[in-house]
Amino acid sequence: MFSMTATELPAKLAEIRDDFLELEEPDRLLLLLEFADELPALPQRYADHPDLLERVVECQSPVFMFVEVDPDSAVHLYATAPRESPTTRGFASILAQGLDGLSTQEVLDVPDDYPNTIGLTKAVSPLRIRGMSAMLARTKRRLREGTA
Amino acid sequence: MPVDLDPASKFTAYAHPERLVSTEWLQAHLGTPGLAVVESDEDVLLYETGHIPGAVKIDWHTDLNDPVERDFVGGAAFAAMLGAKGISRDTTVVIYGDKNNWWAAYALWVFTLFGHEDVRLLDGGRDKWVAEERDITRDKPVVTAALYPVVERNDSPIRAFREDVFAHFGNPLIDVRSTEEYTGERTHMPAYPEEGALRGGHIPSAASVPWARAAAPDATFRTRPELDAIYRDEAGLSDGDSVIAYCRIGERSSHTWFVLTHLLGFEGVRNYDGSWTEWGNAVHVPIALGTEPGAAPKLR
Repeated sequence: MFSMTATELPAKLAEIRDDFLELEEPDRLLLLLEFADELPALPQRYADHPDLLERVVECQSPVFMFVEVDPDSAVHLYATAPRESPTTRGFASILAQGLDGLSTQEVLDVPDDYPNTIGLTKAVSPLRIRGMSAMLARTKRRLREGTA
Repeated sequence: MPVDLDPASKFTAYAHPERLVSTEWLQAHLGTPGLAVVESDEDVLLYETGHIPGAVKIDWHTDLNDPVERDFVGGAAFAAMLGAKGISRDTTVVIYGDKNNWWAAYALWVFTLFGHEDVRLLDGGRDKWVAEERDITRDKPVVTAALYPVVERNDSPIRAFREDVFAHFGNPLIDVRSTEEYTGERTHMPAYPEEGALRGGHIPSAASVPWARAAAPDATFRTRPELDAIYRDEAGLSDGDSVIAYCRIGERSSHTWFVLTHLLGFEGVRNYDGSWTEWGNAVHVPIALGTEPGAAPKLR
């Protein structure tokens, strides 16, 4: 039996996971806060057109995202969530950084349970982690449907 | 030694004014020996983005809920958690949080399950503190660990389980969820994730009084006359009534529990924290649909 999933994880996602796992539980929250702080503002073309963004209804707080495939076939994920929802911002930021520049197929190959493998389930709680799983699922669906 | 009370005139009309402090009072009392300030939010990371100086965090998922069973932590875990945060049995605890103090009220209710005597809410919670541009900081508070005794929870006076609801039929039930949840149109809060209830509707005979009616736009509690008009005149509650409140998972009904118990002075109000995520999934329980409360089922 050869399992490819563990070894095929894109480098940036693997690096993010390892960064979290190296830390003690309380410090993992602080790293998530760093990601939340780093979530970039939406590019102007989406900021001006909120109708283009998709609401992730599975998340507790209002989060909107947009998946884009550029002319070089590289995927980019943009998201926005309020300052009062740092956990959601952190999740979006991890995915935006972790998926950026991958090909459509590489994103589709990211294991669905990636959010559960980065050492946050205890610090954040499994129920809350679902928000990140939902964002990843929506990103993949967009790409699969070719609407990105 | 309890820390002195907030003499704010708005509070004196409430049944238990000692359960609330204003933002002005808290600002003036920060650092007082014997006072602990606790932030309790829906978002587990919000405290880390900036909190009231000296405040510690208590999270409803990771600190108050048992990690395995659907229940609260036991006495040993509660004691260890509070001790590590520098809280002892005689500490005056002021709790504040996001979302109109939902989780702050929930934490206060859990403190009460353990019989912690002096626990208060910050009227207006985190939103009001931030709106008034008072200090917040990302600095971790310097905490000296304290010894909190292991006290077992005493659930029965203020917590209702499913079987208690059956025994309660014929007495007032208050459903504090949104109208769409009450009628059965939806099983979760508008704009909130589906958290798994198989059926929509409400517990038969429950009156619909959404929690938000007790909150002013600035997240403070409405005044005593306003609350009396809602709960006594409209919902028909009167002194001596035994009341059970519920919502979806027990946080919004903690807000209403606080209002009924501490602001209006009803005794023996219980929060059914199993709420709709239990009732709406349970087999062989009666459910009413639509805007009417429906008749209380006959006791089985």
